[in-house]
Amino acid sequence: MKSRDLAYVALFAAIVAVLGLIPPVPVPGLPVPITAQTLGVMLAGSVLGAKRGGLALLVFLALVAMGAPLLSGGRGGLSVFAGPTAGYLYSWPIAAFVIGLLTQLFWRRFNLAWALVANMIGGILVIYAIGIPFTSLFGDVPLWASFTGSLTFIPGDLVKAVVASLVAVAVRRAYPVIELPTRRATAS
Amino acid sequence: MLSLYVPGHSVVHRAPAGVKLGLLAALGVGLFLTERPAVVGGALVVALAVGLGAARLPWRALAAQVRPVWLWLAVLFVFHLLVTDLRTGTVAVLRLLALLVAAAVVTATTRVTALVAVVEWLASPLRVFGVRPARIGLVIAMTLRFIPLVAERAARIREAQAARGADRLRWGMAVPLLVQVLRMAATVGEALDARGADDAPARRPRRRPAVAS
Amino acid sequence: MRWRRRPEADAETPAVALGSGIELRDVGHDYGDRTVLADVSLTLTERRVGVIGANGSGKSTFARLLNGLVVPTSGTVLVDGLDTRTQARAVRRRVGFVFQDPDAQIVHPTVAEDLAFGPHNQGVPAEEIERRVEEMLDRYGLAGHRDHPAHLLSGGQKQLLAIAGVLAMRPQRIVFDEPTTLLDLANTRRVARVIEELEQDVVVVTHHLDLLAGFDRVLVVEDGRVAADGAPGETVPWYVARMD
Repeated sequence: MKSRDLAYVALFAAIVAVLGLIPPVPVPGLPVPITAQTLGVMLAGSVLGAKRGGLALLVFLALVAMGAPLLSGGRGGLSVFAGPTAGYLYSWPIAAFVIGLLTQLFWRRFNLAWALVANMIGGILVIYAIGIPFTSLFGDVPLWASFTGSLTFIPGDLVKAVVASLVAVAVRRAYPVIELPTRRATAS
Repeated sequence: MLSLYVPGHSVVHRAPAGVKLGLLAALGVGLFLTERPAVVGGALVVALAVGLGAARLPWRALAAQVRPVWLWLAVLFVFHLLVTDLRTGTVAVLRLLALLVAAAVVTATTRVTALVAVVEWLASPLRVFGVRPARIGLVIAMTLRFIPLVAERAARIREAQAARGADRLRWGMAVPLLVQVLRMAATVGEALDARGADDAPARRPRRRPAVAS
Repeated sequence: MRWRRRPEADAETPAVALGSGIELRDVGHDYGDRTVLADVSLTLTERRVGVIGANGSGKSTFARLLNGLVVPTSGTVLVDGLDTRTQARAVRRRVGFVFQDPDAQIVHPTVAEDLAFGPHNQGVPAEEIERRVEEMLDRYGLAGHRDHPAHLLSGGQKQLLAIAGVLAMRPQRIVFDEPTTLLDLANTRRVARVIEELEQDVVVVTHHLDLLAGFDRVLVVEDGRVAADGAPGETVPWYVARMD
């Protein structure tokens, strides 16, 4: 990794932290207010790509684990990794990685539609696929209950996927960070 | 600063960070191997005794870390009463409480620098893949530096947009903000090189530097 | 020869090093299909060198060529005989670099930690790092801010911290890329005085022409070429006249 990549990784870890400072936004018609932090997960993947995006979220979680109260609502410390909803946290680096991977795959013809595909698969599907079973395992509740409970967050996540995609497409035009290896060299 | 550390000189504070994290991990696995309320409840009592007794942590320091999931634990308990039975519900809730308290104790008694050192130590096997553990500390330090910087630049862009008549928070401001901070990060990358961040492998430090990065 | 050589520098200099000073031989640089510098050949041996020119003239790239941050796409840059292309690390140990925006240069959250960063990377022993940190805190009036978060410093203090962070590495020369562009008048004067008092040889890229009053040599860069080169008494008025 070049020094610049280290700076990008730290930058997006910081961006996810700053998004946690934004108070939850109530949206008319949605059952629960939207928190901004998973928007950072989506942006990390779709701006930095798989490797750097995933690392940014790992660094963010490492900071949270060390006791920095950076999760929305000022939560932090090791206890958040033991809580019933910890699976959603664990999913973030993987989600950013998957979004990044898909973004790199679509990079040449990247547009709003492809960005949405990447963000919905990585930012919604992956996160719930890890978070829901985790909750049911840790809380000893059946999968269906855990699944139903998480449904209320889906509309907010769709809104975030749209916002992240719009931003990602605009940033790609203004300041593209993802560089594809020329001539099918080994992907980094 | 950005930390939940509660300063102190107790045995728990002075115990090596690696040992504390190891015990916590063992507890996390162990508690899921048992269904006996006495064992799970005992673990909670021990965790509380270590935190409030041995480490002399204020009650509030622990409560603050457990409070965010309070409601969730209550919902979980009610769910079990309705669907399974009292015993399963009690074990499930006590288990999570024990883990939460134990984790809160480790967080409150261990300095960030000590935790960074453990993270670097844990990452040392990754050397095989070309990962330099010391860089993890550097990236963590840079993140702490960037957090206020990003917040400040966001506020400045918001002001600029307000001056041009955009009176509320709009997602459109995310694009100029991101481009600006990405540019800055690219320069930070240059500055890292200029200040010798890639210098380390060229020559080994003559002595282990004491300054934790 | 006006470079003052330090004993430890001599110890590190390979026997093949012939030139002293910074030498550019037929240097050109382009980003993709955009040429930013072409046919630059000169040798810098003076203690105080200024570089002026319009935005986008290639000044910034010129500055980055001098310590190997940018490697020329054609030609060669030699620092005391060391090629920036093959010996970039050794070159960067000799040539410090101060950026326009101190926010982009300060990488650690607190003042003392940031000062320790450069020497730490160089493998300087801990006690010596501590000594240098104290010295820099003292010299630039930052002693009261030792453990303060860097983002709480004023703009002027941040630039002083950035300069101190470079000086803590004990370079033999320092390149400044528009060090006063983001500062107010009082801080511009303060930084100008700091540069003036440096014992190191310096190259300053700037838009502030009064910074260059006591300089030995000033280059004017225009459209990627060195359009004028000489004493500030000649080149600065020439540059100003071209603006009118």
